[in-house]
Amino acid sequence: MTIRQLSVFMENKPGNLNDVLSVLAENNINIVSLTVADTEEFGIVRLLVCDPEKAQVKLRENQFTVRIHDVLSLEMSPKPGSLYKILSHFAEAEISIEYVYAFSYGSKSIVVFRTNNREKALEVIRKNNLISITENDLKPNTNC
Amino acid sequence: MSRSKMRELQSKRLCELVERVYKNVPFYREKMDAIGLKPTDIKSIEDIAKLPFTSKQDLRDNYPFGLFAVPMKEIVRIHASSGTTGKPTTVGYTRNDLEIWKEVVSRSFSMCGIGTDDVMQVAYGYGLFTGGLGAHYGAEEVGASVIPISGGNTRRQLQLMSDYGSTVLACTPSYALHLADAMPEYGYSLSDIKLKKGVFGAEPWTENMRIELEKKWGIRAYDIYGLSEIMGPGVSNDCEHHVGLHVHEDHFYPEVVHPETNEPLSEGEEGELVFTTLTKEGIPLIRYNTRDLSTLYFEKCSCGRTLVRMKKITGRSDDMLIIRGVNLFPSQIEHVLLDMGETSAHYMLYVDRHNNLDTLELQVELDESKLTDTIKDLQYLSKRIQHALNSAIGLSVKVTLVEPKSIARSEGKAVRVVDRRK
Repeated sequence: MTIRQLSVFMENKPGNLNDVLSVLAENNINIVSLTVADTEEFGIVRLLVCDPEKAQVKLRENQFTVRIHDVLSLEMSPKPGSLYKILSHFAEAEISIEYVYAFSYGSKSIVVFRTNNREKALEVIRKNNLISITENDLKPNTNC
Repeated sequence: MSRSKMRELQSKRLCELVERVYKNVPFYREKMDAIGLKPTDIKSIEDIAKLPFTSKQDLRDNYPFGLFAVPMKEIVRIHASSGTTGKPTTVGYTRNDLEIWKEVVSRSFSMCGIGTDDVMQVAYGYGLFTGGLGAHYGAEEVGASVIPISGGNTRRQLQLMSDYGSTVLACTPSYALHLADAMPEYGYSLSDIKLKKGVFGAEPWTENMRIELEKKWGIRAYDIYGLSEIMGPGVSNDCEHHVGLHVHEDHFYPEVVHPETNEPLSEGEEGELVFTTLTKEGIPLIRYNTRDLSTLYFEKCSCGRTLVRMKKITGRSDDMLIIRGVNLFPSQIEHVLLDMGETSAHYMLYVDRHNNLDTLELQVELDESKLTDTIKDLQYLSKRIQHALNSAIGLSVKVTLVEPKSIARSEGKAVRVVDRRK
């Protein structure tokens, strides 16, 4: 039900994001999804990659501040209103969504999010038979 | 007063002082006993060099009232300035101390030609800080009409200055400059203002700053010096010739010593300024090292005064910063960070001057274990640091989290402060 996401702390400086990308590129790590949460002074880059552990090691070797966190990930059907339907379950259970992003991978539409109550969120997923995405779903066919 | 008459007075007062502190303050008695010095060994002001020095650390070690020389029932006022480890440097005044303070401040204001015809706007902070109340009572003593407006609130400062026709402004030089520059923004011009004089102090300022302030306001600007440990403002003040500040040496005996050897230096040599409070009762200090750098001149001034003059303070021998009149040691910042334990202790403090107001920015390295995937956790962390700093040092600080290991490490003495105000 959960997948591992990398969070990289980053000051707002030209070229900073690019330096992260170059480390991943050099180490042949495929990026599945990338989003940036930004403030005036710093940002957190949230990455889903094919090999989170290797990515963390390589980024740390290159002096980046990086940690791995578990986040929730669900599959959506590719039609209007499906995200609304999924998130409605959480709203009804009075669970807050702290951040959310969505992307398509292969034929799948995927939503990734964090809530303020993980246990309760997992229960909502089970109870409503929502379709979880696993890390295996995000592996490319080629060698990572 | 002739130099020999002054020496005579100082000698008499020093002997009385040493006797008094030896009897009443264990700290001084122990220090003198340790070097085998008896009060009777001090026969004249020349003997002052035999006495041990006192430092800010001694005040801290004896916090809060350990160096007081009278019982609390004789203390009628307490003042304090911010301290390095969260403990403020605390001083107490007897009724007589307040009389003397009032007298030296009124002498200082008289030196600037301030009197009964003046309306004096006291924009130093009132409260534990000595600036506001110190200037206040001195201004009343010379008969000026005092506006005790305290610091801050630029709009109201300018409004009252215009409406009440203030002729004298007393505040920090940087705030005076800020007020001058803020005039157009609030719809005032020099034609609305009757200001003639400024008495500025509580932070070091240059001759160029004086010229700029005089030009911007169309006034004469004077420098008033003091520190709470010795008394507060009014330890010395400059006259219209601006050739150094006349020290009220009948109450505060100045010496200049070598920063490393502590050897007394002669006239004209620069070193650390040391004061002995010849008449203070509440918390008398013997050879208190201010760490301010200055030089003494004994020649009679063109104004006719024979009081010894000290050169305008040029800097400090330690790393203390003066931000908006508030004393700040970088170690205070470090103390707060270590106390919180949520970031690394690697930081840089940037001091800037925006619109003539001092600003502080703290860049501190994030601890990787504190990194989460949500922005609000980090924002909450920097807010908490901001809040802790504010309550510890009394200054608002902008806090910026930076990447671990991004602050340069130094092999020798770490550079923690970048002062861009000059």
